[in-house]
Amino acid sequence: MKTLSRVYVALILIFLYAPVAVMVLFSFNSGGSVWVFEGFSLDWYKGLATNTAMLEALKHTLIIAVLSALISTVMGTAASVGILALRKRVSRSAVMSITNIPMMNADIVTGISLMLLFVFIGNMFALKESLGFFTVLAAHITFNLPYVILSVMPRLRATDMSLHEAALDLGCTPVKSFFKVVLPSISTSIFTGAIMAFTLSLDDFVISYFTCGHYQTLPIVIYNMTKKTVAPDVYALSTIIFLCVFVLLILYNTLQSKADSRRGFNV
Amino acid sequence: MNKKSFGSRLVAAPYIVWSAIFIVVPLIIMVYFAFTNDAGSFTLSNFAQIGKFKKAFGLSILYAVIATIITLLLSYPMAYYMTKFKIGHQRMIMMLIMLPMWMNFLIRTYSWITILANTGLINKFLSFLGIGPLQLINTPGAVILGMVYDFIPYMILPIYTAMSKIDNSLLEAASDLGSDSWSRIRRVIMPLSLPGVISGITMVFVPSVSTFYISQKLGGNKTLLIGDAIEYLFNTGPQYYNVASTLSLILMVLILISTLIMNKFGDDEEVVI
Repeated sequence: MKTLSRVYVALILIFLYAPVAVMVLFSFNSGGSVWVFEGFSLDWYKGLATNTAMLEALKHTLIIAVLSALISTVMGTAASVGILALRKRVSRSAVMSITNIPMMNADIVTGISLMLLFVFIGNMFALKESLGFFTVLAAHITFNLPYVILSVMPRLRATDMSLHEAALDLGCTPVKSFFKVVLPSISTSIFTGAIMAFTLSLDDFVISYFTCGHYQTLPIVIYNMTKKTVAPDVYALSTIIFLCVFVLLILYNTLQSKADSRRGFNV
Repeated sequence: MNKKSFGSRLVAAPYIVWSAIFIVVPLIIMVYFAFTNDAGSFTLSNFAQIGKFKKAFGLSILYAVIATIITLLLSYPMAYYMTKFKIGHQRMIMMLIMLPMWMNFLIRTYSWITILANTGLINKFLSFLGIGPLQLINTPGAVILGMVYDFIPYMILPIYTAMSKIDNSLLEAASDLGSDSWSRIRRVIMPLSLPGVISGITMVFVPSVSTFYISQKLGGNKTLLIGDAIEYLFNTGPQYYNVASTLSLILMVLILISTLIMNKFGDDEEVVI
């Protein structure tokens, strides 16, 4: 049983990492193909530094990811507070059903419906370009919001509100009490929501594809590159991204287990 | 929250306005496009045209169903075996499963071409053994493989989460009452992990049925899926927006129905996300 479980888990992990290994290997290819490995070189990595289109796209991706994560976290946290304060159950569940739509729906449908809206608005104001920075930002905020709300709301609901009420009784204003009492107790879930929003935005291709116009993010540039024959430079770029994420995750994990052992969980 | 003041309700206002503009209105516009022609007058002719896309719809559903079943069959034992590891190791395996998800899915899909192509790694290995070359790329099998590969973490993670929440004392009680390991799996673990399975199925089926990148890259031009048709029509020009909206609307309804069916199977009280 023990061996079987190890072998099975190992096989699935090999399946998951086979394309990753291929990608890393061919990013060091001295030749220009992703089929034939000719020899080891770092040329593709050096080439990245001068690939302005890719660097520009990377900048766009980071700007959109940071802004959309920030805005959706603030708006989503406020929304969680407000939705829980709604008096009628009906209106609460109506708002929550609408919140679920972008998560349940296929990305392509969300992307297309947003594109139709932006084109419609663009035509209304006779804009030359109806798609660009603001439309892709709005789209990303829209698909990030449900994840922030679903991260914050359950925690907020579980928070002991008597502390908040005590603060009010002792003369705190509701706003001050929110920032001093409620916010610290839900800060972890807000942080989780923000991280989730950031990574979703970083990785999104389908919705950006329909809403970005000329403001191309990295996945869009990668898509355009894979339309033609791919050179190993895309692989080199992905290897770098992969390594960054790998280091971040290791760091996060060590911090997490340190925090766990401080709290006395011996794992 | 007992003090439901007007002020605390008001902070939801920006979000409610936002979701009305960017979630509800776009869908209304899509429905409007689906029921009008490019001059803007009401018509059902878009729906008459969908006969042309019957095959694309059929293939999309077929491939997505097959991919979902394969993913489930691979993921369920994976999640079960994961719970047998030490907690620290479980966390590491979780991390390893999530790590490829952080890499752009376009690249992950594209790398399979290097493996599957006629001059790719598998065929090179086969020719070394004196077999082949086999046609692996540009086949329905390659498209399904791509779907399974891209979306398998979405199946493993919810099932694993559901399984790791199962109280060990339940399993001990089952053993004490004479269950062998198979009936423990069938009568305790399976029912309790069902919510994870349900949410995994939805999370794999929805992106599979609506994909357009995987089929373009791994299926060549032989496998036109509904996502490909929608993407193609929208990129061809505004005169096709109406038909494309109709197709999107049908796809959305299809997804809605399958999600509702799945939730019926699961816990009726709460929708698992």
